[in-house]
Amino acid sequence: MTPRIRRLGLPLLTASLLALATACGGGGGGETAAQSSAKPGEKIKLTIGLFGDFGFKPLYEEYKKTHPNIEIVENVTQFNDHHSNLVKRLATNAGAGDIEAVEVGYISTFTAQPGRFTDLKQFGLDQRQADYLDWKWQQGMSKDGSQVLGLGTDVGGLAMCYRKDLFKKAGLPEKRDEVSALWPTWEDYIATGKKFAGADVDGAKFTDSPGELFRAMVNQAATGLYDTQDNIIVESNPEVKKAWDLSNQLTQEGLTAKLAAFSPPWNTGFAKGSFATIICPAWMTGFIQEQAKDASGKWDIATVPGGSGNSGGSHLMVPKQSKHPKEAAELINFLTSKENQAKVFKEEGTFPSIPALYEDPSIQNFTKPFFGDAPIGKIYSDAAKSLKPQHLGPKEGDVRVAIGNGLGRVEQGKQTPDEAWAQVLEDVKKIK
Amino acid sequence: MSTFPIAVTRRRRRSVRHTLDVRVSPYAYVAPFFLLFCAFGLFPLVYTAWVSLHEWTLLSETQEFIGLDNFSTLLADGYFWNATFNTLSIGVLSTVPQLALAIWLAHLLNRRLRFQTFFRVALLLPNVTSVVAVVVIFSQLFGRDFGMINWMLSWFGAGNIDWAAGTATSHIALSVMIMWRWTGYNALIFLAAMQAVPRDLYEAARLDGASSFTQLRKITIPMIRPTIIFVVIVSTIGAMQIIAEPMLFGQSTGSGGGIASGGPDRQFQTLALFVYEQGFASGSFDFGYASAASWLMFVAVVIVAGINFLITRRVKGGLI
Repeated sequence: MTPRIRRLGLPLLTASLLALATACGGGGGGETAAQSSAKPGEKIKLTIGLFGDFGFKPLYEEYKKTHPNIEIVENVTQFNDHHSNLVKRLATNAGAGDIEAVEVGYISTFTAQPGRFTDLKQFGLDQRQADYLDWKWQQGMSKDGSQVLGLGTDVGGLAMCYRKDLFKKAGLPEKRDEVSALWPTWEDYIATGKKFAGADVDGAKFTDSPGELFRAMVNQAATGLYDTQDNIIVESNPEVKKAWDLSNQLTQEGLTAKLAAFSPPWNTGFAKGSFATIICPAWMTGFIQEQAKDASGKWDIATVPGGSGNSGGSHLMVPKQSKHPKEAAELINFLTSKENQAKVFKEEGTFPSIPALYEDPSIQNFTKPFFGDAPIGKIYSDAAKSLKPQHLGPKEGDVRVAIGNGLGRVEQGKQTPDEAWAQVLEDVKKIK
Repeated sequence: MSTFPIAVTRRRRRSVRHTLDVRVSPYAYVAPFFLLFCAFGLFPLVYTAWVSLHEWTLLSETQEFIGLDNFSTLLADGYFWNATFNTLSIGVLSTVPQLALAIWLAHLLNRRLRFQTFFRVALLLPNVTSVVAVVVIFSQLFGRDFGMINWMLSWFGAGNIDWAAGTATSHIALSVMIMWRWTGYNALIFLAAMQAVPRDLYEAARLDGASSFTQLRKITIPMIRPTIIFVVIVSTIGAMQIIAEPMLFGQSTGSGGGIASGGPDRQFQTLALFVYEQGFASGSFDFGYASAASWLMFVAVVIVAGINFLITRRVKGGLI
């Protein structure tokens, strides 16, 4: 290094260090300014983290008309990634959005950490309690019931979607009432499946895979994978074992297309008509419509075997790290309002969690041409009205993965149901 | 006496600066790398070791020191050994044919050809494409119901193979993806080494009537042995760390299972994927356990690379 460079180098270094220091200082200053909420007229950017399409986009536009200073940015990631990213971002206290959607399978994981979320009560959202299905409201509360951490968007009342054309080919009834009458119980559903398989409809199986069916069956029971004290009861709950046995029976009778839900081949299966029935929580109707674009009029909706149950549905929450909790709470209030839940249902199929809507004629009489003008408003209102809430535990997601792997091993012919069950119980014991 | 020492100090100061310049500045030049290495290489390594001695999860506020408990649990964990087996199996299945193919390709290109640059660039193209794109496309090719490979196999009466379901078949599918990405890259390295081999050796061999294959075996391979050792070591290290391929393969073939299970039977869960599952994909975010697994993985990489080094060093100790 020659002296000249050295002489030049030091001031340069100092200058860049200074620049760095001011940059950091500037950032810090901005943060403190933001914490003291927004000044009037200031532009505010709210980020909202979702998994899949919630059908909120038209609502953002509407909201911006009355709130011109709010800019809304939507980040959509895949289901699993979304929730595990959220855990990481909460733990590291950085990177979470102003609003985050949480699916019901994960809601108790997050409500168990009330310190990481904003209590929406301070912005008056506890007044919304009267609007909601009681159990949906409770799911969004902190464990001790003192804080409102999330407001519900939709519930996933169960139904069974089926392909009319494939049923016709198999010599089964096509009309939704007659189809519903085929399967009051899951045993009847399997019996119908055997008839369908017996007719040997080219390239089509009776259903996609046992995973989501298992979830639906467990959700129909009074208690599921957890008891109310948050103990995992997979081994001792006979309802879980029963759902396990029924799911494996589907596999062993060769009634499944062996297509795991939400995978690309499963999407292809919709387009190719690889399966004739699929468990249909309300949100699934939007999914079918998107995947099976060419199959308009071929799908229809019947009642679900085994009584009503809930599968899926979400809450919107505001992480503590949000710099604009007040504005975020206001936006949540708007997105989950009665009118807007009704709008989203008509577009996307996700069903409202506000019971007043279930009697509303605009919902009751709502039909969808894609599903052969099926009265989906009435079907899902009835399903939602008779829902029995089930307690969900903090590691629902992990327990379900362990059981899903077991069902998969049976489906791939690696293990007998008994061997797979033994391994599931081992895996579940390891979940801390 | 009053002026003299000043001149001496000045000269001495200058000579001090000179020695500093000569002795110290080389270290200053290499410092950036080592600073970065300490921050992103050494520190994580040491910190991971520290974490592995604790009951440490992402969500807990406190971390309890538990000594080597994580390691003893790990050594008794069947899923860890399953992942180790899968890693070695996929490693061998992908690396051995890959290197043979790479040497052969390099040998073919190591002569006067038209469009030489084109061929060489083409070799590198698979390596440039994103791993996500590669896995998504290959997962479709290896699809069970509508995949092209099963379709072609059906011409020969075979087919309808559920590639992702079987242990061997899924390892083959993954090895093909890895080979697709890395064969050309390794071929280019071999080619560079081959071009340094003196031409007259080949001329002499040709005069003696040696075939192209004999030339490859008797001249080329012994001459590029240091390069082969290098490539074998690097490929081994790479193979031990495979994660993106099995993870995306599981998600895009619809074989079921959790995102990091590597299939419902963990039939293609590699070590790195196992670490990811424990640390990031499961709801417990068990950093302590994942760190312990990372450390054992590190040790395994060092051992396997060491064994490979010893073996390849003995291979055909020929001309050099």
